[in-house]
Amino acid sequence: MSLCMLGPTRQCVLGRAASSNTVQFYLANTIMFRNTYDSDNTVFSPQGRLHQVEYALEAVKQGSAAVGLRSKTHAVLLALKRSTGELASYQQKMIRIDDHVGIAIAGLTSDARVLSNFMRQQAMSSRMVFNRPIPVNRLVSTIADKAQVNTQEYGRRPYGVGFLVIGQDHTGPHLYEFSPSGTSFEYYAISIGARSQSAKTYLEKHYEEFAESSLEDLIRHGLHALRETLQQDKELTINNTSIGILGPKGEHEKGVTSEGSFRILEGEPIDVYLKTMEPKVTAESASAPAPSSGDEDVQMAE
Amino acid sequence: MGMPPTPYTPDPRRSQAWIPFNTRSEQPIVTGTSVLALTYKDGIMLAGDNLASYGSLACSAPRLSVTIPSYTIFGASGNMSDFQYLQHDLDNLIIQEEVTAQDGHQLGPKQIHKYLSQVFYARRSKMDSLWKSVLGGGFKDGKRFLLFVDLLSVTYTVLTLATCYGVYIAQPLLRKAFEGSEVRKIKEDWLHVLFYRDPRSTNQYQITTISAAGPTISPSLKLETEWSFAESIRGYGPQTQ
Repeated sequence: MSLCMLGPTRQCVLGRAASSNTVQFYLANTIMFRNTYDSDNTVFSPQGRLHQVEYALEAVKQGSAAVGLRSKTHAVLLALKRSTGELASYQQKMIRIDDHVGIAIAGLTSDARVLSNFMRQQAMSSRMVFNRPIPVNRLVSTIADKAQVNTQEYGRRPYGVGFLVIGQDHTGPHLYEFSPSGTSFEYYAISIGARSQSAKTYLEKHYEEFAESSLEDLIRHGLHALRETLQQDKELTINNTSIGILGPKGEHEKGVTSEGSFRILEGEPIDVYLKTMEPKVTAESASAPAPSSGDEDVQMAE
Repeated sequence: MGMPPTPYTPDPRRSQAWIPFNTRSEQPIVTGTSVLALTYKDGIMLAGDNLASYGSLACSAPRLSVTIPSYTIFGASGNMSDFQYLQHDLDNLIIQEEVTAQDGHQLGPKQIHKYLSQVFYARRSKMDSLWKSVLGGGFKDGKRFLLFVDLLSVTYTVLTLATCYGVYIAQPLLRKAFEGSEVRKIKEDWLHVLFYRDPRSTNQYQITTISAAGPTISPSLKLETEWSFAESIRGYGPQTQ
C-alpha cells in the first residue's frame, strides 16, 4: 500500500537503512512494493485495518457477479457463470444446501465447496436432531462465526469467498449476504462479485417494487441487475446465467414441490425469463458508471 | 530393590458392594411407576403419582414437568435420576434455543420428541440407556401432539398412552373411555384403579395439561380411597385361612 500508511515505523526503518546501500535498496523495494502490515492477519495496521481481511474481500470481487432479491413470497438468486475458455464448461455458481436453503457464490470456488459442505452438515444435523429445517439466520451465523475465527487466529487465512444465501422458514423468505470478514446481513436485494456495484445501483433504484413482485417480475429485475455487471460486448445467455428460486411455483415452472423447495434453473428453462428482459438502456442514460471498466482486478479502496 | 513387601490389604473397590462409577447408571435404582396421557379436545393431559421408590422405600417426588417457555409437557416412569437428568438437559436446551438465540424460532413438541429419541438412542448405543419411558405432549401452531419415547428409543405417537403397569391396567380402559367427555374424571378413575393394584404407587398425584392457552400443572392432589372391601380379600384382612 502507499507509504503514508506505514506511519511511525517507516522513519525507524529508513534511519537504519541509510547505513548500507544494499540494505537501502532492499528496504526501498520493500517499502515500495510490500505492505508492512499485511503479512499476518492478527496484526492491525496503524489505521486500524486488517489487510489480509480486506484482500479476502478483494477475492470476492474477482468472482463473477451474483444478485439476490426477495419478495413477500419468493427469494431468488441470479448469477453469471464464467468459463475458462471456449472448450471449457461454465463454472458452477449455485449450490443447494437443503430444501429450504440455497446459495450463490463469488470468489474461490474451492473455499465455497468447503463452506457449503459445512452448511449442508449443519442443515442435516438440524433435521436429524430436531426434525426441523435449520433456521436460515442461524445457518448464516454459523458460517459467519467460522469466517470470523479465520480473521483473528494466528496461522490462518480468511475464506476467499462470499455468499448470497436465500432461505425460507416459518417467518417467510430471506436473503443474506455472507462475507469473509465474518459478517452476515439480511437484505431486500443485494449483489456481490465483479462489477456488482452496477447491479447494486440498479437494485437501489427499483427495490421498493420487489416486495409485491411476482416471481417472474422478481427474476426480470434480477436479470436486469445482473446484466449491468457484464462487460461491454457480452450479454446474458442460457449458458452463462443461473437462476436459483425459493417459493411457490411460477408461471413457467413444472414439477415444483408444494413447499416451493430450492431449485436451480440453468440452460433451456431460463430462456423464457431472458426473453422477458427489456432492451438495455444506452450508456448515456445509464445512472452510474461501473467503478472499474474493463479491468477485472478491482482496485482496493485506499 | 530393597522395598519391603507390602502387606495384603483388600481393595475396597473389589468388594461386592462396589459398582464402578461408569456403570452406576446402567440399571434403574430409584424408580417411578405409571404415567398416563391422553389427547382431548383442547390439547394433551398427563397424570402421574408423586412416588419415587427405592425398592419398597418410598419418597415423594414430582414426575411431571413443563418446558419453559412452554409448548411441551412431559412425564416419566422408570429411573428417577434419569428423569431429573432429562429435565436438566431440556432446560439447558431451551435456554440455548430461546434465551441465547432470541430469533423467534422455538422448539415445539415435535422437535422435542425427535431430540429425545436421539438422546435416548445415543445412550442406548453406549449400553447405558436412560432407563425409563417418557410420555409427553405439546401444543403448538394450533396442533396437539402426544409423544412417547422409551429406553430403547422406540418412538411413536397415538391418542392415548400409558407406561409401566398402566399399560396393562389403564391403557385398555383409556382406549375404551377415550370417547367419553370428562377427561379429568377419566384420569382420576384410572389412577384409582392403578393405586389399588400397583403396590409401587401412591394416592398422591399431579395432573398437567397443555392447550392453546398454555400449560398447567396441578399441585399435589390426593385420591380419596375406600379400603373396606379389603376385609374380604384373602391375605389382606384378618382372615387366617
